[in-house]
Order: sequence, then C-alpha cells, then structure tokens
Amino acid sequence: MHPEKVIFAFFIVLALTLNFGFFIGEHDDPAHHNVYELFAAIVINLIATILKLGERTQVGAVLLATSLVAVLQLLIAALVWGIAAHVSEAGLTPEATTAIVSLAGGAMLANFISVTLLVIDTVRFNR
Amino acid sequence: MKSIFFLLMRRLRAPLLLLVTMLSLATLGLVLIPGEDAQGNVWHMDFFHAIYFVSYMATTIGFGEIPFEFTPAQRMWVTFCIYLTVGSWLFAFGRILTLFQEDALKQAFTEARFQKNVNRIRDPFYIICGYGDTGSALVQALNEQHQRAVVLDRTQEAINGLRLASLTTFVPGLACEAGLPENLRKAGLERPNCRGVVALTDDDETNLHIAISTKLLNPRLTVICRAETRETERNMHSFGTDYVIDPFEAFADRLFTALHTPNLSALHDWLSGLNPLTEPLNPPHGRWLLCGYGRFGKALYKRFRQEGIETVVIEATPDKTGLPEDARSTVEGWGTEAPTLEKAGIRQAAGIVAGTDHDTNNLSMLMTARDLKPDLFMVARQNREANTALFRAINADIVAEGSQTLAHRIRIILNTPLLKEFIRYSRGRDDSWARNLNRELAREIGSAPPRTWEVEVCEETAPVLVEAMHRNTTITVDTLLTHPFDDTRPMVCRALFLEREHEHIPLPRGHEQLKVGDRVLFCGPEISEERMRSLLFDRLSLDYVTRGQQASPA
Repeated sequence: MHPEKVIFAFFIVLALTLNFGFFIGEHDDPAHHNVYELFAAIVINLIATILKLGERTQVGAVLLATSLVAVLQLLIAALVWGIAAHVSEAGLTPEATTAIVSLAGGAMLANFISVTLLVIDTVRFNR
Repeated sequence: MKSIFFLLMRRLRAPLLLLVTMLSLATLGLVLIPGEDAQGNVWHMDFFHAIYFVSYMATTIGFGEIPFEFTPAQRMWVTFCIYLTVGSWLFAFGRILTLFQEDALKQAFTEARFQKNVNRIRDPFYIICGYGDTGSALVQALNEQHQRAVVLDRTQEAINGLRLASLTTFVPGLACEAGLPENLRKAGLERPNCRGVVALTDDDETNLHIAISTKLLNPRLTVICRAETRETERNMHSFGTDYVIDPFEAFADRLFTALHTPNLSALHDWLSGLNPLTEPLNPPHGRWLLCGYGRFGKALYKRFRQEGIETVVIEATPDKTGLPEDARSTVEGWGTEAPTLEKAGIRQAAGIVAGTDHDTNNLSMLMTARDLKPDLFMVARQNREANTALFRAINADIVAEGSQTLAHRIRIILNTPLLKEFIRYSRGRDDSWARNLNRELAREIGSAPPRTWEVEVCEETAPVLVEAMHRNTTITVDTLLTHPFDDTRPMVCRALFLEREHEHIPLPRGHEQLKVGDRVLFCGPEISEERMRSLLFDRLSLDYVTRGQQASPA
C-alpha cells in the first residue's frame, strides 16, 4: 500500500461524494442544498485538482482535465449563488437554485468520470 | 526536456495545497463564528463576505472589518488567521516565483522557441554546428545567397553574436552540445527540407560525433566536416561523410594557388564571391622565407617543395613542431627578430610568408621584414577575423584569411557542386588560360563577384523546358542565354560547365544542345538568374525565345 495513492484516491472519491451530497434533493428548493456542502465540495475539488498536477501518463492527463471541469462548474455555481443572494434584488429564487444545482450536477458527472477512470486504472494495473 | 514541465507541476503541488487549505480554513472559521450587526443582533458572516475578507487579509491589503465591526471572538480568530494565511501566502508566492525562474525551465522555454523557429522554416536549410570565425563567415555567405541556416554552438556568447550579426534572413540559434543527437534533432535534422549538416567545431571528436549521428539518423543529408588530423579524416570517410575539409590543407592550398597560379586564384576567388576580379600581382621567383612550421606551414612547405621552389623555414619551437628533413634550409628562432631573418637570408629572398597561428607575431614579422628589405613580396596569414583592420593597415601583397576561405569553399559545396567541378577542371589548366578567361569574364560580366547558379534540366526544376524538349523543340545553351522578353538585348551571363551523366563539358559552346538530365552552371548578375528562371517555368517566355531562334535561320 502506497500512502500517496491512498491520499490521492481519498480526495478524488471525497470530491465526488460531497458533490453528490450537495446535488441530491429537490432541484429548486434552497433548503435541500447546504451552502457548507458546496464550500466543502469546492475546496476538496481544488485539492484533488492540485494533486493531479504533473502526472505524466495519459490517464493522469484525462484525470486532470475532468477535475478542471468539475472545479470550473462548481465555481460558476458558487458565483451564481453569490450573485443571487447578494447582488440581485430577488434573492435566492427557485430559478437560481435550479441553475446552481444543475451546474453542480454537471460537476458531479465530471467527478464520476474521474472516479471511474481511477478504478479502471487500478484494475488494469493490478492485472 | 518535456519532463521539466511535469517536474515543475509536481513542485507546485505543495505551495498550492498549503494555500488552498489555509484560505478555506480561515473562510470557514469566519462563517462559523457568530458576530453582531449594528443593532447588536447575532449575525453570521456569509461565504461571499468571508472570501472577500480573507482575500484581502491574506494578501496584506487589509480594507478593515466589514460589514460590521468584529466581536472579540471574531478578532481572536482573525489574529490567528493573519499569521496563518499571510505566512502561507508569502511562502507559496515565493516558491512559485522561484520555480518559474529556474534555469532548467528557462532553458526549456528557449529550446521550445528555437524548435518552433526551426519548424517554421519552409525553404531548404542547413544546420551549422560551431559558430566561430568560419561558422559565422559561412552563415554570412549563405545569407548572401538567400539560403536559410540553423546554428548550434556550445557557448551562449556565440549565439549572442549570431543575434547581433546583420543578416537579412532569420537564423535560429541554440547554445547546446551539438554532438548530441537529441540537439541535432531539435535543429531539424529529420525535417524534409533540411539539406545538410556542416560540422565546424574546433573539436575533432565532436565533429566526428555530429557526422556519424547525421549519417545514421538521416542518411540522405550532405555532411561536411572539419577535421584537423588524418585519422579523423579517414574515420569520417569510412562511414560516408560527403566532404571532409582539413582547414590547414585548404588554407595552404588557396595560398599556394595565389602564389603559383595567381590568375587561377583570382578566378576562383571571384567565382566564390570572395574578391572582385582584378589583374593579380605576379609573385616573384626566387627564395621564399616560410615563418612558422605548424600544421599550416607543413602543408604549404610540401607544396613549395613539389614545385621545386627554394624555401627556408623559420621556426621558433622546432622541438614541438618538428622540422623538414632538409636541415640546410631551416633556421631556428623567432621570425619577428631581425637577426633570425638575416640568418635565413632575407637579403637574397624574393618573398616571405608570415604563417604562424599568432596574428600579432605575423604582423611583427612583416614589419621587421619590411625594414630589412622594402621590396619583399609579403604574404600574411590572418587567423582572427577581429584583426582585419590591422592586416589591412600593414598593406601586405596577399592577406589570406583562413575562416573566409573555408566558409566560401563549404558554401560552394552546398549550393553549387558544379562550381566545385569547374574549379577542379580549371586546376588542370595553366595560368595563361585563366588570364584569358578572366579578361573575357571581366568584359562580359564585370568585375564584381557574380552569382553562380545551376540549372538542372528535369521535370521538377525546369518543367516548361522539359515539356518543350518532349515536343522536339531544340533547346541549346544559347536558348537559356536569351533575354526572355526582348531578344535584342543581351543577357549578361556565361555558361561555365555542363554535366551530362558522367560526361563533363567545361565552358560549353552556345550551340551545345541540352538534354533531359543535364546540369549546367552559370555565372552572372542576380537579375540574369531571375530572367533565366522565367524561361524554366514560364511557357510564354520560352515560346518567345524559341520562336526567335527558329525564325533566325530562315
């Protein structure tokens, strides 16, 4: 067991699970989507991205790409939240919540690909 | 070299991770710790304001406590965070800056830029390894003929020199070990438009390495190498190096040609673009003093002896250089001193060759010799390009510069191999032949150095000409020497050499009929070359010229 690999896998899986936790619930109900969970998802996704920097393999490059997609989607979701809550007059409307949740859903898909790739790579490596 | 980028990315991980962790920790703390609004109600900071606050706290900008004054609990957390975030921010920032200034990364960027510049070259080009006096003269000579080049040199100073050289085309250069195949590859060794490699470094071992790498990686390329010893020369020939040039032999050869057959030498210099065509000085016959018996001196001495010219060798360190077998014609001592020159019999001598590898000594010799015998014929060997002004000032009868000679010789081999054939042929003729030809050429073309170019009669390089031949139109040398728009005006141009399979026809006559596969060498001003090219590619021009030819006999 390689400690570095454990940390690596831990953060990639955690990025997906937190993302999932935020995503699940009624898509237009702000009460179902916790802001702390979004914050945690962003931080963990950022860490996962940084951990993937400098991988030379083809799989490493794709992993980095999926992580960048997830971070981008989540940051836009946070930006939408910030604008809705603080800048716009209307506040956090169901429409804004839908937009945030669907962006987070996209990020989750990217994270899912990331985890799948990780699993495939591990299985192939062990054979 | 790509691996440096991955290594850098890996090294970026730690500072970035630290930064992300600290900033998110500070943000989270601010959101969780309760504060008070203006009315004293409990108020929680939201993520937006927390991120805003942490961003300006960590970067030490510090706009103050917003939107309400902080409670003691919040201030305690912020105090803690200031040391945490500011410290990690400065650390991360510093680390990232140093990473990007690393020499290995800079070198990687330089190499990437170099490679991009090489890939951008669309015309045929040559790789020149070694940018010393000869290398720079060669690049200059190629540039005058609008040929592209790529330079590799071991030192950065040489590459800086290349940047400052006044060249009309851009010549990419890289400071690296030219002997490594990896670097040759970067310089475009395997590109389809690379024509050849010239190894001119002052180290035989490196040149050997360049030659063998080229022959293995891309056997189609022409390889020209400089070799100082016989063993290296033989070694290079053994695996098919196209041309091996011994700089001392080549230089001695040129100097001896200038002394022995001055008209021929003038013709060669003119054709290779070194000097304008002038009536050469006729060196006197008699005893010659040869100062310096190094590699150059030996090569020259051998030629003097072959022609039976009485030669006295003056050498200061005979234990290092050795001496000719004929000990009677040897004087030990510095040629810079009058007693030595007296002993060598300067009063009875016809000429002196200052041929050491030390420019200052050569100049000093000539000045001493002039004091002793003012009408002496003086030949100077110039080693360093930088001393040109001094050699001009001393006003010797012949000043020979080694690197220029070598550069122009290589340029001829690369650009116009037929000119090399013509020069070889001309060596078999006597000097009066050369004198007559020189007079003719000076009258027809003028004394300024001409352009020399080859025309190969084949589908690729002369499509219109070949097509006309298939239609049974008679194409002669004169056809090509006709003005393409106005046949009453002459074309200032001369056909020097014709190669047909293995047959060589020097100075072909005008009515010589051309066949497919022939190669012809011409010399003349640049405008004539352009006009001739229009005959090779433009059907209308050729029709005009051949019609005129058919009409005249009728």
